[in-house]
Amino acid sequence: MIGYLVLALLGLFVVAFYAGHRRAVASVEGDVARLHSRPSQHGLYLALLSCVPALLLLVLWSLVTPAIEASIVRARFAAEVAEMSLPQVQAFIRDARAIAFGGIAGFPDETKEAAAALFGTLHGWSVRIAVVLSLALAAAGYLYGIARIAPAFRARHMVERTVRGFLILCSVVAILTTIGIVLSLIFESLRFFQQVPIYKFLFGTHWSPQSAFTGAGAEEGAVNTDIFGAVPLFAGTLLITVIAMLVAAPVGLMSAIYLSDYASRRVRAVAKPMLEILAGIPTVVYGFFAALTVAPFFRRSGEALGLDVASESALAAGVVMGIMIIPFVSSLSDDVINAVPQSLRDGSAGLGATKSETIRKVVLPAALPGIVSALLLAVSRAIGETMIVVMAAGLAANLTINPVEAVTTVTVQIVTLLVGDQEFDSAKTLAAFALGLVLFCATLALNIIALRVVKKYREQYE
Amino acid sequence: MSDLTSTAGETDGRTGLHTSEAAKQRLGRRYRAEARFKWLGAGAVALAALFLLILLSTIVAQALPAFRMNYVTLPVDLSAERVDPADPGAANYDGIVNDAILAQFPAVTGRQERRLARGLISSGAPPLLRDRVVDGDVPLGGTVEVALPLDDFADLYLKGLLAEEGRVQRLAGTVRATVEEGAATLAFTDAAILDRAREAGATAGEDGALALTASTASLLVRLDSGVFKLTGVAPADDGARAEAAVLRPLADAATAADGEAGLRVIATPEGQRKITDQEVVWIDGLAERGLTQTTWNTIFLSSGASREAEMAGIWGAVVGSALTMLVTLALSFPIGVAAAIYLEEFAPKNRLTGIIEVNINNLAAVPSIVFGLLGLAVFLNWFNLPRSAPLVGGMVLALMTLPTMIIAARAALRAVPPSIREAALGVGASKVQTVFHHVLPLAMPGILTGTIIGMAQALGETAPLLMIGMVAFIVDVPGGFTDPATVLPVQIFMWADFPEPAFQQKTSAAILILLAFLVLMNAIAVVLRKRFERRW
Repeated sequence: MIGYLVLALLGLFVVAFYAGHRRAVASVEGDVARLHSRPSQHGLYLALLSCVPALLLLVLWSLVTPAIEASIVRARFAAEVAEMSLPQVQAFIRDARAIAFGGIAGFPDETKEAAAALFGTLHGWSVRIAVVLSLALAAAGYLYGIARIAPAFRARHMVERTVRGFLILCSVVAILTTIGIVLSLIFESLRFFQQVPIYKFLFGTHWSPQSAFTGAGAEEGAVNTDIFGAVPLFAGTLLITVIAMLVAAPVGLMSAIYLSDYASRRVRAVAKPMLEILAGIPTVVYGFFAALTVAPFFRRSGEALGLDVASESALAAGVVMGIMIIPFVSSLSDDVINAVPQSLRDGSAGLGATKSETIRKVVLPAALPGIVSALLLAVSRAIGETMIVVMAAGLAANLTINPVEAVTTVTVQIVTLLVGDQEFDSAKTLAAFALGLVLFCATLALNIIALRVVKKYREQYE
Repeated sequence: MSDLTSTAGETDGRTGLHTSEAAKQRLGRRYRAEARFKWLGAGAVALAALFLLILLSTIVAQALPAFRMNYVTLPVDLSAERVDPADPGAANYDGIVNDAILAQFPAVTGRQERRLARGLISSGAPPLLRDRVVDGDVPLGGTVEVALPLDDFADLYLKGLLAEEGRVQRLAGTVRATVEEGAATLAFTDAAILDRAREAGATAGEDGALALTASTASLLVRLDSGVFKLTGVAPADDGARAEAAVLRPLADAATAADGEAGLRVIATPEGQRKITDQEVVWIDGLAERGLTQTTWNTIFLSSGASREAEMAGIWGAVVGSALTMLVTLALSFPIGVAAAIYLEEFAPKNRLTGIIEVNINNLAAVPSIVFGLLGLAVFLNWFNLPRSAPLVGGMVLALMTLPTMIIAARAALRAVPPSIREAALGVGASKVQTVFHHVLPLAMPGILTGTIIGMAQALGETAPLLMIGMVAFIVDVPGGFTDPATVLPVQIFMWADFPEPAFQQKTSAAILILLAFLVLMNAIAVVLRKRFERRW
């Protein structure tokens, strides 16, 4: 029903456009030059006026009605619902809705059937109201608009103002996203910190929220606050990041230097796309590679050397993550190195320095702020990387700096805590949001520092 | 100048500062350092290339077998007694398929063995047969030859991935086999079999007797049409004697046979592989009779997920990915382009636009998993949108790719020279007309290139989709934007976790398909850039 209505409104858009166009042309008897705005702008004005309010109403309706319907159903079935816990009520509503609108209901019973029937009638009425209201809006908009079309009417201003408003709205989406991220992370984290004190989370060294008896958090006060110490996760993240940077920084930096200052055109034509391919491979592929090829390889090599390498060692995840970051480091430092003016290189060469001396003593110091910022951005990538560590790093929160042992990271724990069916209110799930907040703050801080480094220490040439 | 020559002259009478032995050594050192540095750089590039090569080659090598699949063609009883022509869907196809495979091994009687034999055929075969019968692909009424998919382990064995082929060697001398109550005694005229048993890792007992167990290599002796698995070998006066289990009986249930024999050694001990010697012999028997055949794996490309490796397909995930990408494109392209136009063409330089710009740059660096948390908290828990739906996945990915889109679109808009705008404004176009009629069309190739690259990123993204429940195990191919669905990278993630070796090949094959899509998208972007991009 609503789908047809939207289609009808889109049809009305086209009709209104042509009607407005013709009306405008007719109002000046074909002498278009007498119009203030072009006929198509009149058409667009009429089309926008007749369709947009109705469509906005429908969007609002689809956002609001599910909640209203659910609250009415809950009020009607207050007696049945009274004894249920919150997740049960949610499941009840979900099942009733599934029975009413088609879908897979968990356990249908009579109460749910009755609720479903109520849902059906409620929904029927709300659809009818929505249809009538939006059609009335469309008609009113059309009639009002078509009456205003006249040679002197400034349709262009109206249309362009609308377009500009739409453009502003779209660029505000970015801000809304950030606000949404920050607010959702902070609110859920606050709920978590009501149950677990923040100092125990940030400085505790014992992390095992999955432990069956203490972490379920089904009842208030049953939460064991000592199992949410996130220090092992931070340490594990740091360890894997360090290993990754040990691989990525030298390889990425050296290949950037080679490609910008040594490589022939032919080599560059091959090597650059190769690095782009490396950058374009999805992280889940790297994760599969780490878990299936690299980790067993390290394990076997460790055995040959008499070392006991865990099959989910930090080393494997870190090295593969390093490979993933190589192109990132390389392309960022390539830009920075290329930005050093040729005159500096020429001057150094004129004093008799070899190419490598020029690079080490002139180019790199000049490019240092940019390189540092590139490495910081790479670190922030490594900290936030998820799939490689989920697939190749462990789940056990060991507090160690031994790279051949299994460690776990912040992102791994977020995924393990949130994948699967969980009550949304338990301390376990909320902990994931607290970890997300830490992650968000850490990457944000790294990015800001990286920008500051460049701004503060960059040499201005020319 | 004179100073320089005089100092040089004082330090060394005949040669100058730059020609002395010490100077030559210094220069040599410097040149060597130069060469080292250069090779270090070349080495770094080569190392990156090597990583890429290893990554791609392991995945391709693993993926290729998954694109082929083995079927066994069996005579299946579809007479009216088994399948009611009026209602063919209701018949017991499990029983029909079981009888068909057991008919191939008349000697199998034990409960355990029967189950083992039934396991050769995929458990997805009966539903497949039913569908084909109901569709009328298979004629009813009588015994019909039907190709049925093999179980994943049998399939892998035929592809040579579970146990090495192990060619059959002719044994010197003759062998005499006597079968008694399921066990056989083999008399070898040549004692070389003892050495073979020792090579296989047999444990020595009394009187030079050797025992072969599940932790040693398997020795399969083939005599006439029978196959025997040696369990113990002992030296005898006239060669050697061996105890053996009968894996395939002699022709016509004979109790004795005499003649030349072949020996097949499977070096991987039975305990360490996923397929028993009995199954190996059965599958070999089917293959020798020409009943098995390899075809393109259409199931993999056309069906949804399944717990059975041989029945699992990628199509559901491909459709899910396509739906998700449609939502992402429909949201992020208009919003991204509109935001870029506003920021680049209209925005006044004030606090708000400054904040928006900083925001976009920061959003581009936010880890993707955080977008998943946003989707979970806002779209699922706040707006009550359905879990696992392409709609929500697309929305989350759209928010994630938005910064990339905006940055690319802004760069494309900035590349359009101001003279275009000035000319349009000069002939009386309004600002909006200038942008939409002149600037935007010229920037479009660049914007599209950026869009495709952003979409390629979104297509490979996994982590945020895990947060909004797209990891659910979904068998059906999704039919709409709110149906539960999964996407290609998540499917890869899920399959990578399954222990069966067949799933690892499926994972690699799915990765190849994902990479193929990504290569295609990037190729389109490159072509767009090459053909339409204008330099001003």
